[in-house]
Amino acid sequence: MSDRQNANAWLRAHPPPGPFRPAFWRSPLRGPWLTSVFGLVLLFGIPIIAITGLVSYAAYDPQLPINDPTPEKGWLGFYLFDWPTNPAWLYRVTQGVHVVLGLTLTSVLLAKLWSVIPKLFTWPPARSPAEAVERASLLLLVGGALFEFVTGILNIQLFYVFPFSFYPAHLYGAWIFLAAFVVHVAFKLPKMVRSLRSRSFLRELRTRLDATRPEPPDPDGLVPPSPAEPTMSRRGLLAFVGGASLITLGLSAGQTLDGPLRRTALLAPHGRVYGPGPNDFQVNKSATAMGVHLADTGPAWRLELAGPHPARLSRAELLAMPLHTYALPIACVEGWSTEQSWTGVRLADLARLAGMTPGTAEVLVESLQRGGSFSRASLSAGQVADPRSLLALRVNGADLSLDHGYPARIIVPNAPGVHNTKWVRELSFHPTAK
Amino acid sequence: MSDDMPFRIRGSYRRLATHYGADPLHLLALLACFALAGYAAGRVVAAGIWVGFLVWFVGAAVIHDLLLYPLYALADVAAQRRPWRRRRRPSGTSAWPSSINYLRVPVALSGLLLLIWFPLILRLAEGNYHRSTALDTSPYLGRWLLVTGVLFAASALAYAIRLRHHKTSAEPPPPLPAPRAPRSSPSG
Repeated sequence: MSDRQNANAWLRAHPPPGPFRPAFWRSPLRGPWLTSVFGLVLLFGIPIIAITGLVSYAAYDPQLPINDPTPEKGWLGFYLFDWPTNPAWLYRVTQGVHVVLGLTLTSVLLAKLWSVIPKLFTWPPARSPAEAVERASLLLLVGGALFEFVTGILNIQLFYVFPFSFYPAHLYGAWIFLAAFVVHVAFKLPKMVRSLRSRSFLRELRTRLDATRPEPPDPDGLVPPSPAEPTMSRRGLLAFVGGASLITLGLSAGQTLDGPLRRTALLAPHGRVYGPGPNDFQVNKSATAMGVHLADTGPAWRLELAGPHPARLSRAELLAMPLHTYALPIACVEGWSTEQSWTGVRLADLARLAGMTPGTAEVLVESLQRGGSFSRASLSAGQVADPRSLLALRVNGADLSLDHGYPARIIVPNAPGVHNTKWVRELSFHPTAK
Repeated sequence: MSDDMPFRIRGSYRRLATHYGADPLHLLALLACFALAGYAAGRVVAAGIWVGFLVWFVGAAVIHDLLLYPLYALADVAAQRRPWRRRRRPSGTSAWPSSINYLRVPVALSGLLLLIWFPLILRLAEGNYHRSTALDTSPYLGRWLLVTGVLFAASALAYAIRLRHHKTSAEPPPPLPAPRAPRSSPSG
């Protein structure tokens, strides 16, 4: 009819060799039903990863001074709210889920991409402007998904080979991916539902290799025109991908747990067991690496309190103040976490000592450490006022070890790990901006 | 306002749909997508990291589609056409059950773990790891090899059980299957 249709027909009849020809693709398992099963898993999994990721952004309380690792975020920070101190385990759960679920779904993402890869080589590349624009969005979808998984997976292994800071890249990359993800879901959801209804899931689970047949031909060309004889049943492939997910999960989830189950985290950067002593739990940034030496933390150490009534306190003076003990988790953005029993002085008491009223006082915490992105952190008025927020001096009944922040460190319920500043040098209390 | 206005609008809507190749709402949704993605890309530029970001963003897709996928698909094809593959036994005795999945699954699972954890296993971030944890990464290679060994052992055991079942249930021998297209893989 139209010139475009003629041109398309001619192009389709003259594809370049190799993967641009439908007959190149042989897998008898590829088809809309299979793709939809992987799509369904990701449809539930990706939003959980996205939401827990955005929650982690909010957990840094980026509206407070110096806390925002992405100051140029613009409107992308519109969801900000004061990060709560209750429940104390919230960040432990959300960030553990973010990292472990991301690892778990890596195999599903790879399987999903495998299932649709013939479409990368569709010929002609686009039959209409609509297809051309949609394919451009697929670059954002696929590039974005892989970018987010790759940067996240490398970052938790401290393998900083990427030529950018992790925080802005992972956050903005997430928004680019989510933009493409939402329209992709909007376009494909009806097709996914239709495809899932085209076969019975339970019957597939009962279908052995010798009864496995290709799906009926589909307009998108996922089902190959000349399929090979299957070497794996559909249920076999699903078990394969699901098993890959389970093995990744099983070998990493232990890093979010305490006790003997931590030993199951054979392949996870922070699943290590340090030993049975009171200070033998995960270290994040060792004292030597941060340039903190015994000389800085010895008897000459003083805590500077800045506020209306400045003060200098020795460790002995701090130990003479009312001490409180709480079991609180440390949960890292890298996904690992651990709960320990901390003893120290309430931040609220220190705020009063500096002449401030808890509830209206924020604090800027400064560490002895030299360099590092988190040598300083701001805590909100709510965090200062929580009775469980401590300047901790002891852990599990023993003095803090140097690697855990001796002579004093911050521990705030539900705060991200890096806001529990170690080797505290100064607390500057100031009234809330609001 | 003339009476035929709705018709004209509907007409131009239909013309637009024909030229575009889909409902104009499709275009609207994609424009919204590109607007948000473009805004986020603007933040990347403002952060001063756009060159590296772009290289890694496009590079991730290119490396997956044009390197990782072809490599594992070719490896799968090669494994199925392996030169040491047993010839069909003389008629009258049953062929061995296919062993390909007992090879494919442990190799792929071990490969996935290596793909995810190669910086730890190959000790590529030793300095950062030591600064961060006060430990070194020496256990990870051994752990990965251990997991790999367990996967292969479990797979070999499963194949042995399968073989046993096959032998006991293979009497009388089933008729030889008709020659079919050469076997290919889900990866092909």
